[in-house]
Amino acid sequence: MDLYEYQGRALFARHGVPVLDGGVATTTQEAVALAERLGDRVVVKAQVKVGGRGKAGGVKLADTVDEVNTHATNILGMDIKGHTVEKVMLTVTADIDEEYYFSYLLDRANRTFLCIASTAGGMEIEEVAHTAPEKVVKLPIDAGTGVTAEIADGIVTKAGFPEDLRDQLVDVFVKLWDAFVAEDATLVEVNPLVRTPEGKVLALDAKVTLDENADFRHPDNAEFEDKSSVDPLEQRAKDSGLNYVKLDGSVGIIGNGAGLVMSTLDVVSYAGEGHGGVKPANFLDIGGGASAAVMANGLEVVLSDPQVKAVFVNIFGGITACDEVARGILGALQTLADRGEDVTKPLVARIDGNNAEEGRKILADANHPLITVVETMDAAADKAAELANKGA
Amino acid sequence: MAIFLNENSKVIVQGMTGSEGMKHTRRMLKAGTEIVGGVNPRKAGTKVDVDGVSLPVFASVQEAIAETGANTSVVFVPPAFSKAAVVEAIDAEIELVIVITEGIPVHDSVTFWNYAESKGNKTRIVGPNCPGIASPGKSNAGITPADITGSGPIGLVSKSGTLTYQLMYELRDIGFSTSVGIGGDPVIGTTHIDCLKAFEEDPETKAIVMIGEIGGDAEERAAEYIKNHVTKPVVGYIAGFTAPEGKTMGHAGAIISGSAGTAESKKEALEAAGVKVGKTPSETARLMREVIENL
Repeated sequence: MDLYEYQGRALFARHGVPVLDGGVATTTQEAVALAERLGDRVVVKAQVKVGGRGKAGGVKLADTVDEVNTHATNILGMDIKGHTVEKVMLTVTADIDEEYYFSYLLDRANRTFLCIASTAGGMEIEEVAHTAPEKVVKLPIDAGTGVTAEIADGIVTKAGFPEDLRDQLVDVFVKLWDAFVAEDATLVEVNPLVRTPEGKVLALDAKVTLDENADFRHPDNAEFEDKSSVDPLEQRAKDSGLNYVKLDGSVGIIGNGAGLVMSTLDVVSYAGEGHGGVKPANFLDIGGGASAAVMANGLEVVLSDPQVKAVFVNIFGGITACDEVARGILGALQTLADRGEDVTKPLVARIDGNNAEEGRKILADANHPLITVVETMDAAADKAAELANKGA
Repeated sequence: MAIFLNENSKVIVQGMTGSEGMKHTRRMLKAGTEIVGGVNPRKAGTKVDVDGVSLPVFASVQEAIAETGANTSVVFVPPAFSKAAVVEAIDAEIELVIVITEGIPVHDSVTFWNYAESKGNKTRIVGPNCPGIASPGKSNAGITPADITGSGPIGLVSKSGTLTYQLMYELRDIGFSTSVGIGGDPVIGTTHIDCLKAFEEDPETKAIVMIGEIGGDAEERAAEYIKNHVTKPVVGYIAGFTAPEGKTMGHAGAIISGSAGTAESKKEALEAAGVKVGKTPSETARLMREVIENL
């Protein structure tokens, strides 16, 4: 889960990382009240999970409360690359002498953690990494040892940070590591980490990604979840424990196993090229088991998407054999009808694997008006795309 | 032969007495796996009856090894306790630990991987979040359905469980030496490359199917390895060509990988290494069929 900047800043503050005084506001009134409390020149920053907000006019300086009023009014509700700004963060400002880059992150390839540090921080860090890689220091961090004061001291030396900031930086690096571990983050990034003219080190930005697998260890972090910006169908699927992602097309997809579902999206997209360019409406993985109850919940979510014109159920029967899967599909449709749901969209089922013949026979014998059984994945995708195109 | 798991493998189950552990212990026994016991400190000293087979429960992996000569452990314990279970297996220096559990925090996976490294990698870790290893006709450690196919000349390595089953099913008349589900988590123990190396050395394996997914650069690195070290024919499949671009945050990801991790970049890397890449699972199966016919 990616956090908003204001959430990352709060998390840094929780772990003693020096940040500027500030807060978050969802309305102009709140922003003005906050500015009055801060009582100084402030910066008003759009809170969106996408880069380039500065260029889009989402970051403004305000010297007076009137200016805060104007900027907050303009920025709240603004669209930045398809993201609507729901919140603004206000902080007091700091003069900047130097900008640094600092992060801890998961290094998938080397199966360890990594520290990336540079004295050439700021907007152009990616450019710097390409043109002057020697200015960007990367150091693996062993999970067992972590970042001790000694290791942090080594980072200061290797990255060539100013000598007079050594003690402050060591302290910040250790605290950021504590935050990284304690919060189960996969990324904490500070860009820029700055030096003020008074020689003080401050974190002026906070990018944090948390590992959702570790949610069970962090009940407090549930507040970071941003229910307002989540698609209502995605929220509904999540409440049923389903792995669902809303997409733009018209072929509803239900499958078991993330890899098979991703593969199904591909096959449907290819098939759609021959049927008016129809595309998948969603990603939905109902898990390896594919029981009738889970199938019913999945079908309910997919069928309630008004964009869906046809549904493709693509199941490989492994542990749950195909006869059970077939009964699951029929049971799910019955369950939905019993719940009073509107079940009128055509459904193409491809079930393969253990007891495939028997499973197909169960579906054929049921003679359900909405179900078409197709034997192979490619042919079934083609049929589903055709039906979605006709229904459009 | 087969790789990592064979008819001589003696398997213990960590978390055997839980519901998933019990269900799959029963299935593994039915598949002919030599299961010699389970581990659960709270039930140590008891016996569990599984379809007429009486399995002892040990207090620790170390005790299980001492009593039974076990060399493989399959882990079904819940995410919150998985790190401790894997660390215990590493401390006992068991040869192979297969972590089936889904949903383990990545900090825990990195911690047990770094721990295994610090102990000299005496224990091979497969997973987490994987279906396990199946060497048809010899042994089955994990949750791979055992009745899809029999033994044969194809070696398979995959991030995805159900795609593995799909490919095994499509090529069931030819058969497999070993199928290794390495898991889809960001951090896993055994990699595509480890499996490619083992398949290359395994006389029973004549051709290799490699299944990947978008994200990371494991497939690109595997392609580089194939180019330089693999002489057996490899057929590839990548899922996620049409997946919408994920949100990336911050610059760190781009700085470190230098690669987008898209299906297209993986396909290109594999093809540059001489790997035939199927557009769909069925096309992949067709390509493998051609390879086998031309051997």
